[in-house]
Amino acid sequence: MSQIRKPPKAEAADSRDAGGGQARGRGGDSGASVYRTQVSDRWRSYLAHHRHSARDSLQRLLATPLQSLMTWLVIAVALALPAAMKTALDNVQVLGDSWQGVPQLSVFLNPRARPAAIDTFREQLQKHPQVKGVEYISPEQALKEFEARSGMGNALSSLDSNPLPPTLLVVPNDGLDAQALAALGDKLKAEPVVDDVVFDRAWVERLNQLLALGERLVLALGGLLGLGVVLVIGNTIRLSIENRRDEIVVIKLVGGTDAFVRRPFLYTGIWYGLGGGLIALVLQVLLLWLLSGPVAALANSYQSHFGLSGLGLSGSLNLLLLAALIGWLGAWLAVGRHLGEIQPR
Amino acid sequence: MIRFDQVSKRYPGGYEALSRVSFDVPAGDMLFLTGHSGAGKSTLLKLIMLMERATQGQVLVNNQNLNRLSNRQIPLLRRQVGVVFQNHQLLFDRSVFDNVALPLMIEGYHPREAGRRVRAALDKVGLLKKEKQNPIVLSGGEQQRVGIARAVVNKPRLLLADEPTGNLDPELSAEIMRLFQQFNDVGVTVMIASHDISLIRRLNRRVLGLADGQLVHDGVLPHVSDPQTTEG
Repeated sequence: MSQIRKPPKAEAADSRDAGGGQARGRGGDSGASVYRTQVSDRWRSYLAHHRHSARDSLQRLLATPLQSLMTWLVIAVALALPAAMKTALDNVQVLGDSWQGVPQLSVFLNPRARPAAIDTFREQLQKHPQVKGVEYISPEQALKEFEARSGMGNALSSLDSNPLPPTLLVVPNDGLDAQALAALGDKLKAEPVVDDVVFDRAWVERLNQLLALGERLVLALGGLLGLGVVLVIGNTIRLSIENRRDEIVVIKLVGGTDAFVRRPFLYTGIWYGLGGGLIALVLQVLLLWLLSGPVAALANSYQSHFGLSGLGLSGSLNLLLLAALIGWLGAWLAVGRHLGEIQPR
Repeated sequence: MIRFDQVSKRYPGGYEALSRVSFDVPAGDMLFLTGHSGAGKSTLLKLIMLMERATQGQVLVNNQNLNRLSNRQIPLLRRQVGVVFQNHQLLFDRSVFDNVALPLMIEGYHPREAGRRVRAALDKVGLLKKEKQNPIVLSGGEQQRVGIARAVVNKPRLLLADEPTGNLDPELSAEIMRLFQQFNDVGVTVMIASHDISLIRRLNRRVLGLADGQLVHDGVLPHVSDPQTTEG
């Protein structure tokens, strides 16, 4: 204790101090016992405080498990809802894509058309440069298929005559765009033997539009619920700031920067977000597990091997990341609003 | 080390806590600040560590004009000034060691060096054996000494104390004062706000006397006279 000399300041952000510089280095003499904080020390200590803040804030949350669990659940429910909707949309999208793979035109023919005329038309079509293949489905075949698939065979058999028209399934060439397809459809429709032309793709497009609408809804709902989570976390952080008022005052009194005071609270926010995100993932898995049985049965009845898929690894990681970000944001808002009010008196 | 130049502090509402106070404290000095409660002692100390800002005049600490320091730079000023508070301002959610280590943690000391310094400071105030205890179980005098250890742990060149003996009996008060003298002996500038006139008189140091926000006395108190001297 033979001399007193200030070590240079820590906290890189504050290192550009004004005025303090001149005083430094005076007052000391030979410097035998003088310790100066090195850049590497400051960096190490900066990281150490991050580690310490992260660990300490998590321990504080776990010290009041019930209270923390409530907050986590609120966050989880708010996150699970849009996440579940997103998963549902993704699954429908997969279904839509599997239809989109085989664009085809159903050409319904006039039921009174003579078989010879149908044959001629069919051969004509097969030679068409934009057509890859044509399949003829007679009214009888259509009826049989309908009976087998729809489960309404009894109702149909009570009819006197077969209401289904003869149909040509036309598979156009690959790479035909929507416009060319529409033109082809219009041309076919003008043929005398043709009653109507239906694009299977039209349904897919409509489905895609619905999906886009759903996506927007999920985004809007997710945004609202995310805002809710930000506010919930902000309020929780506000309370914990209030509880640690004394500590904040003392830290400010002995020269702690705002960043130093802020750090543990930001970590608290991140832990709230991450915990909520984890529980939301668990909820999601439970939901999928509950629904996968019925969905498989339903798909089976349509001779489909469709199965529900979840968020997947990257989706789950994204959810966690987003949750942590939301937590951090909530904490940041609360800290920004309330930390300035706490000044030593 | 400290210079006040025509400093006034007016609080919102018009109350003037300090009016046109000027004085100069050279480095290495030890002096007392005295006066009735409400005379402006606390306000004066708060101006030095920027818990308040002067409404008029200039405050210089360590050659820094505090008027020119931004709010962001306040932490840096406070790291240069050790402060002992009347109510200790200790944290009861951590050990004595961690309380004393707080300023070093904030400044980013290497844990090994921080530990060495904390123990040196605790040894100085005679509490090395209690480093692991929670300050709440310590006596008032011991708590005050923990506060002193924390104030000097990063070896500030200026030490402020606000009524450090306020709640202590005379014997403990004398002990605390001896500590402050020891710090002064190694070159620390020490400024102590106190209304314990008899103790101050015994120590025979420079005294700044405040009354109603005005500096009414500056110098060593005469040995035999009535206590009213301090109020001018």
